[in-house]
Formats: sequence, structure tokens, C-alpha cells
Amino acid sequence: MEGTGKPTPSWEDLMAMIQPDDLAKIRTFFDSHLQDPVTVELYTQPRSKLVVPGQQECEYCEETEQLLREVADVSDKITLEVHNVRENPQAGAAHGISASDVPAFVLLGQNKGQVRYFGIPAGYEFAGFLNGIAEVSSGQTPLSQDSLDELANLSSDVHIRVFVTPG
Amino acid sequence: MAVVSPKVTADVIEAQEYPDLSNRFRVSGVPKIVINDQTEFVGAQREKKFVQEVVKAGGTT
Repeated sequence: MEGTGKPTPSWEDLMAMIQPDDLAKIRTFFDSHLQDPVTVELYTQPRSKLVVPGQQECEYCEETEQLLREVADVSDKITLEVHNVRENPQAGAAHGISASDVPAFVLLGQNKGQVRYFGIPAGYEFAGFLNGIAEVSSGQTPLSQDSLDELANLSSDVHIRVFVTPG
Repeated sequence: MAVVSPKVTADVIEAQEYPDLSNRFRVSGVPKIVINDQTEFVGAQREKKFVQEVVKAGGTT
């Protein structure tokens, strides 16, 4: 049916999570802030077709994948890789992400340390997530020179957890 | 900080989706920041204090 008038909209288009106005704003932001490629590695678990007693379904896995895909589609510099932990429970092991940590994702780019997200980056968290992509892309942060100097001398590993809620 | 230092891992955790972790760290308000399972503070922090706490946790050469 190619070349015969309007393309049929897919369900994904009709059910988009990000509104067109917001997509345009994200595109403008990415155009001015992204430098080098960023890979988003998502660890997720698709909804199973069978109800298995005792097996927990992942409430936000599908929404997280869709949200990340819509963001990744805005820029050629962002690649989304989806790993199904049900098929490969060890998929996230290199990043310290276990099969029960779903949805979770890591941002890979010019960052020197690990940047990981556990759960959907929606609501109030969404802007911070976009900034995170930009910082990982450029390797630049708004940190002061004093802070950078102090952090450069760190002698052992530090694990920072920031608990948030979308609403 | 995880962008600029290879020693830092930064996790953003959606508290409601990760109740076990939230309970373990007794998350009752957000944002709640936990450094190396020990140092905790609730609410947005000034950069200088946050970096100081990170440096205190990791030590410096």
C-alpha cells in the first residue's frame, strides 16, 4: 500500500504518552544540548500472556518502554536498547541490575560513573531525566569548579540513591 | 556527580515502584538522598553540602 495516500496511523501514534507540543520542546532542547551519542539500556519484562501464580507482573514496564522510545525517537543521537530479563535474567548484571529490578535503565555516553534509573521517569522526574540525557551526552554538568576539584580526588566508590516520586 | 566521577554511581529510584528499597531506607518524603547506605537527607540539598557529604563518604587521596 506504499505511495497510496496518507499512511495509516499506528496505535502507537494514537496512544502517544508525550504530547506533540512537548515533543517539539524536547526536540529544541536536544538540538541545543546533545553532543555525543547516548545509549539507553532498558531492563524490562513484557507482560506475560499467561497468568502464573506467584509471578509478579511489572506494573510500569510497558509505559517505561514506550516513554523511553518516544524520547529516543526525537533524536538520532539517542539509541534505546531493550533487554528482556525474563528471557535473560543476567542481562543487567554488568550494571548491577538484577532480574527483579524492572523497569530499570542505564544511561551510557560520556559519563565516567554510572547513571541508573529504577522506575518510570514520569511527572516531575521527566525534566530531570532529560537533563540527565543531556549531561551524559556532553559529559558536562552544572557543578562548580570547586565541586569538580573535590570529586576528582575521591578515593573510593560512592553510591548515591535519590528516591523520588512522579507526582 | 556520576557524570564526572568514575567513582560515583547515581541511582534515581521511583519510590512507589520499588517499595522494598523504599522501606529499607525508610523513605517517607521525597526527594530522599542516601549515600553509601548511611548518610541520609531529605529535601533538595545545596550543591556544596551534597558534594561535601559525597567526598566524606568516599574519602579523598
